[in-house]
Amino acid sequence: MEVPILKQGHYLIASIQSALTDADLSQLREALIERVGRFRARGVIVDVTALDVMDSFAVRTLRDIAHMARLRGAETVIVGIQPEVAFAMVQLGLTLKGVSTALDLEEGLAFLNIQTQLRIDRGPGRLDRG
Amino acid sequence: MATKGKDAQSPLPDPQAQTESTAALLRELVAHLRQNRTQLREEWARRITRAQLLTAMTEEEIFAEATSVYDNYVEALETGTFEALQAYARNLSERIIPRGVETHEVVGIVLLLRDVLARSLFGKYHEDFDKLNRILDAYEPAANRIANTVAVGFVQERERIIRQQQEAIRELSTPVLQVRERLLILPIIGVIDPQRARQLTEQLLRAIRTNRAKVVVIDITGVAAMDSNVANHLVQTVEASRLLGATVIVTGLSPEIAQTLVTIGVDLSEMATVGDLQGGIEEAERLLGYKVLPLEELTPKA
Repeated sequence: MEVPILKQGHYLIASIQSALTDADLSQLREALIERVGRFRARGVIVDVTALDVMDSFAVRTLRDIAHMARLRGAETVIVGIQPEVAFAMVQLGLTLKGVSTALDLEEGLAFLNIQTQLRIDRGPGRLDRG
Repeated sequence: MATKGKDAQSPLPDPQAQTESTAALLRELVAHLRQNRTQLREEWARRITRAQLLTAMTEEEIFAEATSVYDNYVEALETGTFEALQAYARNLSERIIPRGVETHEVVGIVLLLRDVLARSLFGKYHEDFDKLNRILDAYEPAANRIANTVAVGFVQERERIIRQQQEAIRELSTPVLQVRERLLILPIIGVIDPQRARQLTEQLLRAIRTNRAKVVVIDITGVAAMDSNVANHLVQTVEASRLLGATVIVTGLSPEIAQTLVTIGVDLSEMATVGDLQGGIEEAERLLGYKVLPLEELTPKA
């Protein structure tokens, strides 16, 4: 199933609606990175609220998206990880190191607003939160 | 023993007849116990006092309990069913456990009753050794089963209470409190075992989502000791909270715990730590953009 990617101002929002196969995830990664360039996006939000399972491939793909988007000039934030999923992830050692996270879409937008504001104030290269 | 040898030589009675005769013997036994109720009960209560059992209870209480235990005992012998006795044992345990009665006392008094009754049987049938033997054959299995039932009932009741209290302690000991909009504190007190650590993490994660918390202060002043397992649980809790978008500050690490953690080499580099709870809350407020000022500094100076 393809994940819809919405453009909202300077940000791209990918809202995952159902469980994804590995191929879907790879496809999402390609689409997002391509669109970061096309729309000159400054931020990417991946909403995983609907996911009740997160395996190592999904975590790796999300991390790759964050790192690749940063290389292309956009900050990424993963939002909506469920408490149970978070607990299972740390138990499996899948901790999304170096990737920003926020409680939900609203928080993610607020976080990106601060981050991109900082970027304008201070210039790139000092954004890493983790 | 000698009689047993004799029994082995004589042809065995068929099981049906044997059950019948056991029943008849038990009936005779029960009649005897009913007849001598007062005397045997007193003898028993006397021996309980002499053996210094049930010291938590007064003499009148012991006598009252002894009476009902005695009646239940005889009834169980008579009917051969143990449900009523089981219920009574549970009820009794419920009443006496809070008084501080120990397991050995309960087992002790039931065994004393068994001995008192056996003595009285010896007294009654000492002239007819064969009859005594058969009476004891009928009495002993039943008496043992009664002792067993009462002891098991007591221990089960005790375990139930322990479980209930553990549950209550767990519930009580992990409160997640909101001190300010989007700021939670989680004071941990006592021992952290894997089960509690898991429950704690789950509770915290749920609270983060319901309160939309951005910063959590975990205070471990009340944690006496920490090993690598507990430390890893703590790291996991911090990581899981971060996945929900909340920053965790750990406060109140005692010098001993700090030393232990460094010695066993737990990697706490991912964890923000502040000396005490006050410092932790101040740091959290800074992260949230609050600043606490005395009122006089807010009022414009003339």
